[in-house]
Amino acid sequence: MTDVLGIATTDVGEVPATKRSDWQSDQEVRWCPGCGDYSILTAVQLLLPELGVRRENTVFISGIGCAARFPYYMDTYGVHTIHGRSPAFATGLAMTRPDLDIWVVGGDGDMLSIGGNHLIHALRRNINLNIMLVNNQIYGLTKGQYSPTSEIGKITKSSPIGATARPFNPVSLALGAEASFVARTHDLDRRHMQEVFRRVFDHDGAALVEVYQNCNVFNDGAFGDITRKDVREDMLIDLRHGEPIRFGKEQQFGVSRRPGGVQIVEVADVGVDALLVHDETTADPSTAFSLSRLAEGPHTPTPIGVFRSCPRDEYGHMVSDQIAEVTDRRGKGDLAALLRSQPTWEV
Amino acid sequence: MSDTAVQPSVPAVDKLVIRFAGDSGDGMQLTGDRFTSASALFGNDLATLPEYPAEIRAPAGTLAGVSAFQVQISDHDIMTPGDAPDVLVAMNPAALKSDLHLLVPGGTLIVNADSFEERNLAKAGYESNPLEGHELDGYRLITAPMTSLTKGVCKDLGVKTRDAERSKNFFALGLVSWMYSRPTQPTLDWIDAKFAGRELIIAANRAAFAAGHAFGETAELGHQQVVVNAAPHEPGTYTNISGNMALAWGLVAAGELSGLPVFLGSYPITPASDILHELSRHKSFGVTAFQAEDEIAAVGAALGASYGGCLGVTASSGPGIALKSETISLAVSLELPLLIIDIQRGGPSTGLPTKTEAGDLLMAMYGRHGESPLPIVAARTPSDCFAVAIEASRIALTYRTPVILLSDGYLANGSEPWRLPDVDSLARIPVEFATGFNHVGADGEPEFWPYLRDDMLVRPLALPGTPGLMHRIGGIEKQDGSGNVSYDPENHAHMVAVRAERIARIEVPDVEVVGDPDADVLVLGWGSTWGAITSGVRRLTRVGHKVAQVHLTHLNPLPENLGEVLRRHRKILVPEMNMGQLVKIVRSEYLVDARAISKVTGQPFTAGEIEQVTLGALDD
Ligand code: SF4
Repeated sequence: MTDVLGIATTDVGEVPATKRSDWQSDQEVRWCPGCGDYSILTAVQLLLPELGVRRENTVFISGIGCAARFPYYMDTYGVHTIHGRSPAFATGLAMTRPDLDIWVVGGDGDMLSIGGNHLIHALRRNINLNIMLVNNQIYGLTKGQYSPTSEIGKITKSSPIGATARPFNPVSLALGAEASFVARTHDLDRRHMQEVFRRVFDHDGAALVEVYQNCNVFNDGAFGDITRKDVREDMLIDLRHGEPIRFGKEQQFGVSRRPGGVQIVEVADVGVDALLVHDETTADPSTAFSLSRLAEGPHTPTPIGVFRSCPRDEYGHMVSDQIAEVTDRRGKGDLAALLRSQPTWEV
Repeated sequence: MSDTAVQPSVPAVDKLVIRFAGDSGDGMQLTGDRFTSASALFGNDLATLPEYPAEIRAPAGTLAGVSAFQVQISDHDIMTPGDAPDVLVAMNPAALKSDLHLLVPGGTLIVNADSFEERNLAKAGYESNPLEGHELDGYRLITAPMTSLTKGVCKDLGVKTRDAERSKNFFALGLVSWMYSRPTQPTLDWIDAKFAGRELIIAANRAAFAAGHAFGETAELGHQQVVVNAAPHEPGTYTNISGNMALAWGLVAAGELSGLPVFLGSYPITPASDILHELSRHKSFGVTAFQAEDEIAAVGAALGASYGGCLGVTASSGPGIALKSETISLAVSLELPLLIIDIQRGGPSTGLPTKTEAGDLLMAMYGRHGESPLPIVAARTPSDCFAVAIEASRIALTYRTPVILLSDGYLANGSEPWRLPDVDSLARIPVEFATGFNHVGADGEPEFWPYLRDDMLVRPLALPGTPGLMHRIGGIEKQDGSGNVSYDPENHAHMVAVRAERIARIEVPDVEVVGDPDADVLVLGWGSTWGAITSGVRRLTRVGHKVAQVHLTHLNPLPENLGEVLRRHRKILVPEMNMGQLVKIVRSEYLVDARAISKVTGQPFTAGEIEQVTLGALDD
């Protein structure tokens, strides 16, 4: 098979089996000891051998920030670009190289602040990217300023008496941009991360997963209220397509509709039939959006898993289809004819 | 109305500068364009200067709303749209008020008398009707009631009055077509093609055009019909081309010559948008034209496409280039090919979006953080944009570097006849990508090192998808050779030097001295000043003055012989449409006494201006 460039790609024959170490580069991993990024990296490096993909066809693109060091640690192709611009760079690559699996990795500052515009447009266009938005609600690499996901009142170096701006909810933002795939997971549950990352990989189009990540140096325990092992069952609402939304040690809580949104209820009070059955595929993102608004911050029961998976035309395909269609109709471009396409005269 | 425009009895003039001016709703750009096309097909040499207001619809009838199109046609080789118009067509009082001062003394003034009524006169700031007083006595005034005559001929066609009124520019075109013996068929053909399917509009425009032509033929104009004969041109096939069109075609050609798909990332901006429009039409060449969410995304996507093996291009104007600068520096660090096109306009900030200036040279040269040198090339004429686009692509792809191509609003929208090159004679741009290992690691295993350079200090490029050559690159400083992240002080100093050296080593052709190589005075230029400088210098050398001229295409690295050439002349004049930018570079580079000749009015230099300042330098 050849791709748009006419380069012979290796999609012929069997994909060689790989193991975790094949995906690890020879570079020493340099996050702070205890950083949540380690477990995300491990989850990805353990998952990739299971996906049956080629290392040479896998590209990691990042911007700037702690999480953005990710590509250096992967033995794949990778580019560590500049702050906020990874979705832009990846868009040009994805449009012209549909043969590649492109992962975009960045933090909350990178993707939601300086690069917010590129992110929403990548989602809007539905360009085939696997986007991992690693959210630690702080600026880590620049040593602790409030980020666009920091809560109001957050004390940081740049907000000594408390941050005053309302934080973004990344899942709400992505749903608002009409992303075709939106999910959430967290760094303390490798199995859940892998399950969600696999879904991200499988999705044709822009897939965004918010990963709650603990920055143990500048924002330790930001998600502890909901992700700690001892509270997890009562605080994380694991969304499962086609199933009533339930959570709690005894599955005693659930989510039901209320006028204008959704609410948490006790199953004993309302009965199982009153619970909302999760449907990732609904074209209208309103219910998914309501689910994303259940918790104001990561302190009350919070949905994780796949909020929305609603395939629609992928941007790169649409662009290359237009090129193929025009070329079919008009024939391959002829430069000499192009130069004569306006009125000419002979001397 | 016959199409054999040149009657043997019609006297000839060697050149004509005509300026069409009217309200922006009057269709003056179209009128000028049609006059130009007919003249091009007739075989004249020509150069054009479209000038239009920044506002899409400035209030009708006001000075702010005046839109003009100037064209010089000639029977010999010319390089500029003319210093001053011989003929001014003024469609309303505002056009007369704003442009009359440009007209040569005794020049021909053609006005649409119908528009000189109280309201329009007031809007233009006239207290009394200039057509009735003496202030136009110094000109050959031709008044025609264009609006009413057009309405008259359209009435029987069933055209609505409003639509008929819109056709009055074709009346003007018909009139000047008669006066200057332009062939009529190209205009009629164009009307038929342009408005195909809208029969009433075709009929109205044709009728207005014919009425204008007949008005010339029958009215006692006190103006004899004249002709500007065809210019001797080298044999070949010609087309009339604007700078942006030539540039877009040059990019298509560069894609064909290199065998790489062209990817344009762009965000709409005056005066660069036409490149986006044009490339959007050429999908059958495998060209992807991507309208990004902003200027930064436009260049980011282009760089991503380059990384994947395309010819990545971004096109903008000064404000957009400023936004792209961080990504351009990333391209410097990644050593990836990238073509950045800057169609300069008046600045700073929004400045004069529709007027020309060349104020971005120092930004192109130095306007990035850190030490981030890159090659710069500049086009000199509209048609030259084709060759320069190919040259810029050649440098970007051969040397794996971002390249800035400078054009400007004057070149972008101006047009001239262009002898079509033989596409088979265009030099191919060979591009090779890495397919195998290039190094043996400490453990004896073969590896791929992305920054292991060749003799020209160019690094290998392994495209994603190439088995075995997986590697990581980024904006962080890297170890030369391995490309691994490195904060080593010595390595950084080495990399800064290598990045400078590899640009300095790029091979560019020597400059050619035009005129007298021993002249006292040398006029040094770059970019779109070429036409005015060449004409101005020619006027002086023709009458025996000793003047030399050098014009730069390559602004970084500078041609190797430039220092030696400059030192041969006692005085160096550097006309630029800025406050003196190239002059700073050559003074610091060569320690020569170069002097700035600045023009920052948003308009190009005229040949006369160059002639005057050069004459002044010859005298002192
Ligand atoms: S600063 Fe925080 S996010 Fe960054 S590496 Fe350290 S712990 Fe991780």
